Amino acid sequence: MERKFRALVIGGSAGSFPLVTRILHEIPKNFPMPVLLCLHRLKHVRHGFVEALSIKSNIPVVEPEDKEPIKAGKAYLAPSNYHMYVELGNHFALSTDEMVKFSRPSIDLTFETASYAYRDKMVGIMLSGANTDGADGMFRAHKRGAYTIVQNPEEAGVKTMPEGCLKLFTPDEVLNLDQIIKFIKELSV
Amino acid sequence: MIQDVEIKELRNIITVVKDMYNYDFGEYAISSFKRRIIRIFEIFKFNTVDELLVKIKTDKVFVEEFVKEVTVNTTEMFRDPTFWRKLRDDILPILSTNTNIRIWHAACSSGEEVYSMAILLKEMGLYDKAIITASDINEDVIKTAKSGIYPARNMELNQSNYERYGGKTKLDDYYKEAKDGNVQFDPKLISNVTFKKFDLVLGAPFSKFDIILCRNVMIYFNLELQDRVVAKFSESLFKNAFFAVGQKETIAWCKAAKSYSTYSIEEKIYRKVLE
Repeated sequence: MERKFRALVIGGSAGSFPLVTRILHEIPKNFPMPVLLCLHRLKHVRHGFVEALSIKSNIPVVEPEDKEPIKAGKAYLAPSNYHMYVELGNHFALSTDEMVKFSRPSIDLTFETASYAYRDKMVGIMLSGANTDGADGMFRAHKRGAYTIVQNPEEAGVKTMPEGCLKLFTPDEVLNLDQIIKFIKELSV
Repeated sequence: MIQDVEIKELRNIITVVKDMYNYDFGEYAISSFKRRIIRIFEIFKFNTVDELLVKIKTDKVFVEEFVKEVTVNTTEMFRDPTFWRKLRDDILPILSTNTNIRIWHAACSSGEEVYSMAILLKEMGLYDKAIITASDINEDVIKTAKSGIYPARNMELNQSNYERYGGKTKLDDYYKEAKDGNVQFDPKLISNVTFKKFDLVLGAPFSKFDIILCRNVMIYFNLELQDRVVAKFSESLFKNAFFAVGQKETIAWCKAAKSYSTYSIEEKIYRKVLE
């Protein structure tokens, strides 16, 4: 891929945990951009998610704090009960605003703000999930020129999220997990 | 329906509100401010930025609504129960020998944390020592806080937070059913509370406190504004007094952080160490 990307943003919910674990396990060390993860999660379970994702990850996984600078080579997981925004100036801004589609963190809002900041320098990936949250944000990212990838609904454990995207627009690619991983690896070449 | 608002247009809105009404949103975090403005378009059904501007310029009552909607007022009782346990188990015991315990809820919104604190203090037998100030930029939410009236549908979450906090009784011992699907909290809980309209951005320090709670408020500010507000809080705290922010906030990026030491990294509680 010739385009130079500045961020990889991944959304998912139920069923996406093993997929994200695999992606982080296979992602190259010193990955040349930040990885933003917005995954639906249980509100009252504050601990354990980062630790679980970290075990097999090749890059550090953290929950960002408000106004934390965004750095390449790190994975940032949206904290429970907060929306995770990308603020201009390349840092995060967190918010406890109203839920969107019953979700906080909202995948729509992470995609929306990330694509505003990164425009066509962003890759957006939508994985398996049980809610239509994320589809509008992916569509917005697509319109702003981001490179969009939707997991093949045939392969996704829960199809609602990928199908929600495909109903709205035609992404750059519809891929199986293995192909997504291959794509991500090529980003670091 | 508007999908996006340009930064230039946001600046425009900010300037008009500042010049005409002396509310300053100029140093709010732009990503969330933009989201709030788009939400205002949805709620009040504006089609263009100009429509919104005209409304702001001609309708003073609307401006108060605008301020209420721009500032985020989602809150819960006993949000983050481990934080409230920390107050109960570690911080209040330190302050319990004081003659008074002076507490400021800075940006109290509709008052859920004010009632949480009052319940905690009652259950510890410390309420009579407490002198509490609760402030917000918006008078409408202060009115709600004073009334103690909340939708009954919120009580499930509040009750569950209270249980996880480990309260002494049941939350519904503190409220009774009210009309229109609401509940009303016992007014005795706010007998030691003074409510006050106060703008964190433009207001000057007005008193000194043993504890300031300002949780999930400064996340809506940019770093420069956070720094100024943290400095303002520092002037409003006695030496060794406590300052709490939200679970995912930090004052680490602020210059004013040098006045504080970290008391609980997990619960984001700081202690003022330097005058």
